[in-house]
Amino acid sequence: MDNKTMTASQRLLKKSNKSLLQMELRGKSIVLISALIIITATISITIFLGTKGLQAFFNNGVSLYEFLTSTNWNPTNAESPAYGAVPFIVGSFAVTFLSALIAAPLGIGGAIFMTEIAPSWGKKILQPVIELLVGIPSVVYGFIGLSVLVPFLRDSVGGQGFSLLAGMIVLSIMILPTVTSIATDAMSSLPKGLRESSYAIGATRWQTIWRVLIPAAMPTLLTAVVLGMARAFGEALAVQMVIGNVRTLPSAITDPSATLTTIITLNMGHTTFGSVENNVLWSLALILLAMSFIFIILIRYLSSRRQF
Amino acid sequence: MKKMKSAYLLAVLAMLLVFATACGNKNNEGASTDGNKDGKKASGSIVISGSSAMQPLVAAAAEQFTQENPDADIQVQAGGSGTGLSQVAEGAVKIGNSDVFAEEKEGIPADKLKDHQVAVVGMSAAVNPEVGIKDISKKDLIKVFTGKVKNWKELGGKDQKIALINRPDSSGTRATFVKYALDGNAPVEGAATEDSSNTVQKLIKETPGAIGYLAFSYFTDNSGVTPLSIDGVKPTDENVQTGKFPIWAYEHSYTKGEPKGLEKQFLDYLMSDEIQNKLVPDQGYIPASKMEVKRDAQGKITKK
Repeated sequence: MDNKTMTASQRLLKKSNKSLLQMELRGKSIVLISALIIITATISITIFLGTKGLQAFFNNGVSLYEFLTSTNWNPTNAESPAYGAVPFIVGSFAVTFLSALIAAPLGIGGAIFMTEIAPSWGKKILQPVIELLVGIPSVVYGFIGLSVLVPFLRDSVGGQGFSLLAGMIVLSIMILPTVTSIATDAMSSLPKGLRESSYAIGATRWQTIWRVLIPAAMPTLLTAVVLGMARAFGEALAVQMVIGNVRTLPSAITDPSATLTTIITLNMGHTTFGSVENNVLWSLALILLAMSFIFIILIRYLSSRRQF
Repeated sequence: MKKMKSAYLLAVLAMLLVFATACGNKNNEGASTDGNKDGKKASGSIVISGSSAMQPLVAAAAEQFTQENPDADIQVQAGGSGTGLSQVAEGAVKIGNSDVFAEEKEGIPADKLKDHQVAVVGMSAAVNPEVGIKDISKKDLIKVFTGKVKNWKELGGKDQKIALINRPDSSGTRATFVKYALDGNAPVEGAATEDSSNTVQKLIKETPGAIGYLAFSYFTDNSGVTPLSIDGVKPTDENVQTGKFPIWAYEHSYTKGEPKGLEKQFLDYLMSDEIQNKLVPDQGYIPASKMEVKRDAQGKITKK
């Protein structure tokens, strides 16, 4: 009971200077250790993936040129194995760009709606909807794609339903929340003065949005799209269920295809550690890592151009 | 105010997450220390890893085994045949399950591993019921899978395009099917490639003109797929046992060297009549003890 009646000075000055210093030091070291753990984790993953991914070329004699230029992938053929990763690289890029093509206008449009057109009720409805989309696990997206989207595409556009198109639609819904939420932040962090000056010189609302606000927020909007693309590039499970995982180069958007991630997840468990089959899968993973580095460099560059 | 609210919500969620993870860890630790404690008594604990097709069977056997021997702790993981073979060769697990002979996988010291053939799995091609075919000759089957025949009409079925459902290159099921059903001819890329048997069954059931390959356990009455007889031989357990039906594979449990202690007890249990005559057929496999023919790693078949 006495504790309750303690005065502020008693509470705050209870400890000596020495223990205060100790606390200061302890706090500092906890933060420093956390930072070090994060940095070492990233560096060691990079080193590990680098050494594993290059083994196929240095130890097993797979030609890097063939790996990056050939469209023939047949690692289990005992007589003449072929390791051409082009179909998967093309597949990964195709679904990524196509899904960004859908998600970017939708996401930025939604963001403008929430911040400019209907900031009060629009945000109240759209925000929870977007957050809900984030919470749905990717396996659920894949399963819905497999059960609903694939039969629908089979009946309406022809082919077998498993296609780049199916992968693109599933992925664009998956990356929509990323794009929308970052774009919303970008739009709402623009200074009020921009809008007011635009209205003051007689611009309409649409002119203000189109000519002033979007160009001003452009670097961050692009960051939003690139972050979405990075997620699409790395997504495996949902894409695997709808894309068909066929190792031939797709010639149309309705053709089945495969991506780097789907080939890795399909084959990793079946191959034995240290075999060529396994090592080339690590090489595919190394390409994924290299691509995510490129995405990050792009994002850093874009954010260096931010004005607001 | 609103911001505060959402920040608070986030903090609560984060704490819940930390709490949940912490609990999970504690549980794991508890399990492993229990296992170690038991180890001092008599039975101990082992980890089994490998083929995801075998996991249900071995896990069910392990559950029965640990009910009869409460001091034993057996964990059965599924990671794929390659993972199982690699881990047992490295000594990371005591028993590695595989759908294929260790000799068939690159980079595995097969001479150091001891093979225990626990069960036999028969598999056959299966088609969408609308196709209208129940029997296919091996020659035609090869033509279908190598893309030489593109419509079921050409084989006397419905006028429907053939949609091949494949398995990944490295899959054991695919290796068995290619070796014994297609005589080594590599299948062309088709409509889709899927790993899990459940997905393959779903796809064959729902895709018009689809053909794929599945283990016998997926040929139940309400599976929605039509299993094909090959050269007039029905895909039944009896035909596999007598060696008439060619597409089957062993389910292997590998140990590094001779098994000892709990591994030996458990493998003996797997081969006991109790498991072989009850659990193995229940799970859709053929008991290894009932086979009248034998096959070696090179695929040579001999009468037992």
